[in-house]
Amino acid sequence: MTMTPSSGRGAATATPPTRSDTAPTAGANAFVSLSKAMFRGFFRDRVAVFFTFLFPLMFLVVFGLLFKDDSGGTVRIGVVGDGPVISALPADAVETQRYDTLDAALVDVRSGDLPAVVAEQGDQVTLRYAASDAATSATVRGLIAGVVSEVNLRATGQPPRVQLAADQVEDSSLNAIQYITPGLLSWSVATSAVFGSALTLVSWRRRQVLRRLRLSPVSPMTVLTSRLGVAFVVALLQAAVFVVLGVTPLFGLQLSGMWWLSIPLLAVGTLAFFAIGMLAGSFAKTEEAASAIANLVVLPMAFLSGTFFPIDSAPTWLKLVSNAFPLRHLNDGMLDVMVRGQGVGALVTPVAVLLGFTVVVGALAAFLFSWDDG
Amino acid sequence: MTKTITRTIVVEDLRKNYGELAAVDGVSFSVADGEFFGILGPNGAGKTTTLELIEGLRKPDGGRVSLLGENPWPRNAALLPRMGVQLQANSFFEKLTAREQLETFASLYGIGPAVAAEMLELVGLTDKADTREDKLSGGQRQRLSIACALVHQPDVVFLDEPTAALDPQARRNLWDVLRAIQGEGRTIVYTTHYLDEAEALCDRVAIMDHGRILALDAPATLVRGLDAPTQVSLLHGALTIADAGALPGADEVTDDGVTITIATRNPTPLLAALADRGALDGLSVRRATLEDVFLQLTGREYRA
Repeated sequence: MTMTPSSGRGAATATPPTRSDTAPTAGANAFVSLSKAMFRGFFRDRVAVFFTFLFPLMFLVVFGLLFKDDSGGTVRIGVVGDGPVISALPADAVETQRYDTLDAALVDVRSGDLPAVVAEQGDQVTLRYAASDAATSATVRGLIAGVVSEVNLRATGQPPRVQLAADQVEDSSLNAIQYITPGLLSWSVATSAVFGSALTLVSWRRRQVLRRLRLSPVSPMTVLTSRLGVAFVVALLQAAVFVVLGVTPLFGLQLSGMWWLSIPLLAVGTLAFFAIGMLAGSFAKTEEAASAIANLVVLPMAFLSGTFFPIDSAPTWLKLVSNAFPLRHLNDGMLDVMVRGQGVGALVTPVAVLLGFTVVVGALAAFLFSWDDG
Repeated sequence: MTKTITRTIVVEDLRKNYGELAAVDGVSFSVADGEFFGILGPNGAGKTTTLELIEGLRKPDGGRVSLLGENPWPRNAALLPRMGVQLQANSFFEKLTAREQLETFASLYGIGPAVAAEMLELVGLTDKADTREDKLSGGQRQRLSIACALVHQPDVVFLDEPTAALDPQARRNLWDVLRAIQGEGRTIVYTTHYLDEAEALCDRVAIMDHGRILALDAPATLVRGLDAPTQVSLLHGALTIADAGALPGADEVTDDGVTITIATRNPTPLLAALADRGALDGLSVRRATLEDVFLQLTGREYRA
């Protein structure tokens, strides 16, 4: 340490202070205190905290609760009259709405408010359904036909010759919360990594903090890794908030046994999007421009990567294009390990792609990096 | 101190071009150990670029810089702990208090947090220790910024327009801080566009314009070399123009209806004669200043 010991200090102040403490481990010390400074700056910035933690949760609440019961479960059917068929309609699959006359019910079917109506009078059962929704009408037809057969069979007093054993299977098409949570989590981690690194870079360049750091003996690597460390911790906090809220009965998220694999995956994802943010920050001169670029990068990627809704039904070319997005791979990986219960093997492709992005984008950002605007 | 250096900074024929513009156009000077050295001139004179070249923030297009016996370009890790820099924009970390800023900067030099209190006291901000940087006044921010440049007890301190955009009271407060820093034996290189301030603070000044140094010496020497008359002013009506012109040492008399002004190159007998007549009401004596030096050097009025 080439520090001057107390050198005639005290001309200005009442009590001459003495040079007291010098820490020997400058590098580690600088790393810790830079991280601390950035954490403080981050958590004191209410807007940043809102957009990092609360804003994504709003999406979780909206999507998670909105689609909670929408598992293709019940069909609404209008009923007129009464009889064995109407009473035998399965309550867990059908929601009935009573009408006085068939004509009154048909008015609602025609206007599109009601998918189908069943009228039962004596031995005559009439089913009328809307022609527009083929899937629902097929469901209704099958359902009513099944009930009618069952009633007929019961009337014969014969035991059924063929037994149908039906039980549900956990399929890979997940219900809303299972699908939404890993996607929204990937998206929010990506967003805060991009915005965080881009805004820090631009604001530090504009406020000449970068120049000031360059004029201090701290290595650029220390500055970079401390900022990256902050991004990792923020990502993990986001994941914790998401999962803790998700598993409450209100949302009913069920984690797979391999959920912990999402931690290394999120770390790699943070790395990739941090690099993208550094690239955005190298282009942008102002914070506003950095935000705009970050939005331009992340938002379309989110929509095309299946963050908010599955892209299984998207055109093939779009699915192909989406493979070029790092968020798509982060998303898929998160789904696989968080809720589908797949093992380490499911991480190979996402991690390889994300690391590849980190290297390429990071190298480009390093090439374009400048300490100041001049 | 690791070794004694008599010349902290040596600059020889320094050049820096931005496109067609020669921002620094063949500048040479040296700064002695412990000196308070001012670079002054109007905006765009090349002051900041000169400072940046010495600090090693920019690569010179020509010439040579030696700072504490070393070349500052490219980034010279051996030099960095020995120099303290206050940049033109106050480079603070977002949302941190005054104490936290100092603690963070100190840690970059491997210095523990206890130094913060000491620095706050030096610049008179002890009662603002827990105030966030963005809640400080302009003068307080400048003082904090200077404190941040001093946390590691540098041998040489660079201050880029530390008093710009401050009100007169805040400027005066800062002067005391700057004098105290020099009192500690540190070398100070600072830029300003306030000529009166440079005159009050600096051991030597370099007057710059259009990337060149026009004059370099102690402020008093520069002013004396000007051979400009001292202006003695009295209230209008204290004397007639004829009486004033007859006084010993009076070279030229003007009366604008408010003030009667006597130009003299020999003020002692003139002032004695005025005292004898009891005509000292509203007396003011204005000697030549650096502004007059600038006017003479450039042929135009000084405009900051």
